[in-house]
Amino acid sequence: MVKDPIIDKQQVLSLLEQVADPEVPVLSVIDLGIVRDVKLNNDEVEIIITPTYSGCPAMDVIGMEIKMLLLEHGFKKITVSNVLSPAWTTDWMSESGKEKLKAYGIAPPNPTRPVCDIGLFTEAEAVQCPHCQSYITKLVSQFGSTACKALYKCNDCLEPFDYFKCH
Amino acid sequence: MKPSTDSLVLYTLHLADNALMLGQRNAEWTGHGPVLEQDIAISNIALDLIGQARNFYQYAAKQINLSTDQSINPAVTEDSLAYLRNEHDFMNCLLVELPKGDWAVTVLRQFFFSTYQFYFYGQLINSKDSTLSAVAEKSLKEVTYHLRWSAEWVVRLGDGTMESQQRISNALNDLWPYTAELTTLADYEEALLKERIAVDLNSIQPLWRNKIDEILATATLPTPKNLETRTGGKQGKHTNQLAIILKEMQYLQRTHPGAIW
Repeated sequence: MVKDPIIDKQQVLSLLEQVADPEVPVLSVIDLGIVRDVKLNNDEVEIIITPTYSGCPAMDVIGMEIKMLLLEHGFKKITVSNVLSPAWTTDWMSESGKEKLKAYGIAPPNPTRPVCDIGLFTEAEAVQCPHCQSYITKLVSQFGSTACKALYKCNDCLEPFDYFKCH
Repeated sequence: MKPSTDSLVLYTLHLADNALMLGQRNAEWTGHGPVLEQDIAISNIALDLIGQARNFYQYAAKQINLSTDQSINPAVTEDSLAYLRNEHDFMNCLLVELPKGDWAVTVLRQFFFSTYQFYFYGQLINSKDSTLSAVAEKSLKEVTYHLRWSAEWVVRLGDGTMESQQRISNALNDLWPYTAELTTLADYEEALLKERIAVDLNSIQPLWRNKIDEILATATLPTPKNLETRTGGKQGKHTNQLAIILKEMQYLQRTHPGAIW
């Protein structure tokens, strides 16, 4: 069933909250901050997104899901465009997104950003364990199960956990 | 597909081929890494590099299609550029096509290449070409992780056990002759320098060398001397290793043209 057409940009943005990141399904594309702009022209719409990482395999799936959702809502011509600049940063992640990540068991990016520099064997600032809230944690590897995550271990509850790293 | 003679196309392909070949070589470790965390690390680096390659190939394809008539020539895509070109059309440096070797070869090559990419992308951001500049801005963040990770491994192996030091010393002597090409200008780069599109590699060379010297010293490894340099890849003249990896990489598309997932 084709629903009533949407004409307001804000309404399109709230619709896009239904599109989840396939690799971190608690986050919507809005939470992630990858939707950069929406351009509307009657039943035509262009969604401008930016990748988190160059090789992120979720981007193709996300583009497809955005198209399917907007088709359902009466848009005839839907374009999903990729822009690379300005480059995505975890600063664009919403506060509610960070809360959802933590509840899901992934440590959200720290607010003051220890972005990777080229200094060797340096420990970034403390990352809080999403399970027991301890700050006594240890970096296991800068590279985790997906491009956007690092692997940590809690020295208090001994659980390993993912950290959505600052970028 | 007729090889292009346009400098910007060749430059874009050179950058794409560099990233693709090293991404493929690193991906050979996936499922075979020495420990799980490092298997994941090298696979992540491979993925970043292949992502960078895609961005460059898409841009190269766009340029080629704009300059050709698609009623005569079929449109070029990122996939046809990766899977249907012959080895002499590849413009990557020789360093990235060499076999993955042991872990010492892999991490040392990554360190040489990431150091180059770190300073290179840092300057490509200022390119007059807005697409190249955007890809550089995006990629630089990723390369920072690669550089730190690979430099730590060079130190760990160089200042490690007798065996690890022996292996990385061997890797150093084997790979060193191929490093000069990273900062040697090809003719298509010279042509783009005046328009301030290409990065002047002469300005990258001392930065690259300082970083290498610093990390090798920390790793207690002597910088090799008097080794003959090997170049040619940026002009399409490759070692026989490229043909071998392309044969494997391109097998499916050559045998079943147009096959998709």
